Amino acid sequence: MNVTDKSLCTAAAYEAFGLRLSKNQLVIALAGNPNTGKSTVFNALTGLKQHTGNWPGKTVLRAEGTFVHRNKKILLVDLPGTYSLLATSADEQVARDFLCLGRPHAVIVVADATCLERNLNLVLQVMEITPKVVVCVNLMDEAARRGIKVDTEVLSRELGVPCIPTVARDGKGLTELKDAVLDVARGVIVTSPRQVSYEPYVEQAAARIESRIRPYLPGWVNHRWVALRLLEGDMSIIKAIIDHLGNGSEQLLLQEGSAVWAR
Amino acid sequence: MTDTILPLSQLPKGASGTVKYLTAQGQVRRHLLDLGLVAGSRIESIRRSPTGDPTAFNIRGAIIALRNEDADQIFITLDKTMEGKNECHR
Repeated sequence: MNVTDKSLCTAAAYEAFGLRLSKNQLVIALAGNPNTGKSTVFNALTGLKQHTGNWPGKTVLRAEGTFVHRNKKILLVDLPGTYSLLATSADEQVARDFLCLGRPHAVIVVADATCLERNLNLVLQVMEITPKVVVCVNLMDEAARRGIKVDTEVLSRELGVPCIPTVARDGKGLTELKDAVLDVARGVIVTSPRQVSYEPYVEQAAARIESRIRPYLPGWVNHRWVALRLLEGDMSIIKAIIDHLGNGSEQLLLQEGSAVWAR
Repeated sequence: MTDTILPLSQLPKGASGTVKYLTAQGQVRRHLLDLGLVAGSRIESIRRSPTGDPTAFNIRGAIIALRNEDADQIFITLDKTMEGKNECHR
């Protein structure tokens, strides 16, 4: 997925999220659980070049900032801290919609090295939506103090995406993080994210739904992921797609979605 | 000896247990699972609000408050040592 077709709909997609891009700017999303030092990472990367506001139509705070790395202009969009991308709260919905429909060039997921296990749930969920993920394993100093060693090389291999150890508070590892993000965003590093595979009956049902909704979705939306959400009975994803993309086939999409829901 | 299974809402303050299963369904179930409440998770009762609801729990290194209504749908076994500590304290 995510073949970069530089069509008009790209700009439209960003606009729907209230983002204005300058030329050749890369969009990077910053996701993570609450209390992982996500804001520290954001501040460390963007410095004072920040802008805060709200997500369009939501009372959810958004921060965005810019920085330049290796002569490349980057717009960093801070997503709300969440434990999952289930869309049961406004925060989760904003994070999910942006990852699925906002077309970021790459996503940084900040994870807390002191309790990595609980953070990996979100990492896997993000990797289900997009392969362009870099994991920032933050609070490495705190983990070391508690006798926790995180082997980020093994973690990178297991997850199939770059995992960079950082201590954002002290600025440690940020250059490596920026390098990795830029390489993933520009396709220099091609990731192979570990995919969650479900029971055969779930996979079969998802594949059936996928084939039915395919005609109504743009190619860059992750069809399998949308199918899995519909299988869970989550119609809000269809509404989000219509809100953000409104491409004329919404009625049909809505019908297909409802048909799945009804069964 | 078989461990008795009790709802999380009955875990005394300061005590810890291990999640056995969830009876919650649908979105509530998914949300609880996403918070780290899967079979085998250690959970510790940290403090209770003055009215007795909600209660704050340490779940895999994060302190999370749950309503009794939701904690009723999570079933656990009590850990042997009452002062059992979660390895992943914040």
